[in-house]
Amino acid sequence: MAQDRPTAAELLAAIADFLREEATPALDRTEPRLGFQMRVAVNSLAILEREVRLGPAADAREHERLVGLLGREATLDELNRKLARQLRTGERDESDAALMTHLEATVADKIAIANPKWR
Amino acid sequence: MSVHTSTETETVARVLGEATRRQFGGPATIEALSRQSGGASRQTWSFDAVVNGERHALILRRDPPAQGKTERERAIAVDRATEFRVLRAAHAAGVLAPEPLFELTPQDGLGDAYVMRRVGGIAIARKLLRDPPYEAARGRIAGQLGGILARIHATDPATLPPLVRREAADHIAELRRSLDALGQPQPVFELALSWLDRRKPAPLDRPVLVHGDYRTGNYLVDETGVTTILDWELAHLGDPVEDLGWLCVKSWRFGAIDRPAGGFGSREELWAAYERAGGGTVDPVRAHWWEVFGTVHWGIICLNQAWKHLSGSIRSMEHASIGRRAVETEVDLLQLLKQGA
Repeated sequence: MAQDRPTAAELLAAIADFLREEATPALDRTEPRLGFQMRVAVNSLAILEREVRLGPAADAREHERLVGLLGREATLDELNRKLARQLRTGERDESDAALMTHLEATVADKIAIANPKWR
Repeated sequence: MSVHTSTETETVARVLGEATRRQFGGPATIEALSRQSGGASRQTWSFDAVVNGERHALILRRDPPAQGKTERERAIAVDRATEFRVLRAAHAAGVLAPEPLFELTPQDGLGDAYVMRRVGGIAIARKLLRDPPYEAARGRIAGQLGGILARIHATDPATLPPLVRREAADHIAELRRSLDALGQPQPVFELALSWLDRRKPAPLDRPVLVHGDYRTGNYLVDETGVTTILDWELAHLGDPVEDLGWLCVKSWRFGAIDRPAGGFGSREELWAAYERAGGGTVDPVRAHWWEVFGTVHWGIICLNQAWKHLSGSIRSMEHASIGRRAVETEVDLLQLLKQGA
């Protein structure tokens, strides 16, 4: 059953905006330690907002690339476990161009959610 | 919560009053006692002890009895008694480290704890990198850190307490164990660890005192430059280049990404100062190896910080959120591996 608007992303953004613009300045005046914690919370809400918006498509792309790379169908978690094992044993390494393209794309999608400003 | 905290503060103040009286040989008044940082398990308190009209600016380092340390922390960090002895050896060797004064006894009831002199300065990277009062200091820090590190590594091993020896292979094995314990597949970290494993530097004939957490955020700076090196709890014996690589991990540049030496200078500037102060010649390939290692190390520490919350050993939104910083090091690792070496 579809929920009414706001969407999850819209609601998370609204909460983050309220906490950042109204609650944080008030806390900074009275409880600076909690002001710091509130910034951490606001930052985490911003991550969740991006994850709700961008995460499903990113997961689908990752899954599709992994199926191509490993040549079999399985869940995202199973495929990542298989890849991690191959990298641990040295069965694959950085000389594998398809592997590196996959990892670059996966990490680009992850950082776009976790911290798009990271360079 | 506030009731609990005030009780704890009162207890700490009473014990410190007795301990400083024993130490300084006169009735002591404890003033300005405040908890500085750290979680429940590893605490730092700041206070003044006024004895016979003389004011001593002091720091208490304290692990309360059995509280929320993860297995990994117990395995990796030294206890406070060992930290005290490392600090004493380094301080005696002329390293810019806080002067350790005395240890508390089990009868004091504060847990594993000691007292050292408080040194002026701040550790907050954001301020050090950008605020006007530190303008002149900023130009000096990279060179100073190189010089101080050479002295740390020159500490006579015979003056040190027993410390774990950790070589490249031990570090790699430890991080792989840690990934296995966390249980989530981490392809980029696995790739980096295998890259490191194939290129690992040979163990040294004579391992040196490695600080183990030598980075921006763990030293104090005033308007004139670095005043002291803090946070010795990851001290061990090993490869001196480990500390040089760790300092250059991108996460410790706090946005100043074009200045690899802790956000304050170039790698070459850091290495030159290290060599001038008597440290060995720095091999850039070895330094790159340790920078890659440091980057994957920090990434896995991020996952472990989150795990402290997820496993229920401590409840902390801040710790939980650090888990989402691990991907920053994945970005950095893919960049570093492209640079080859």
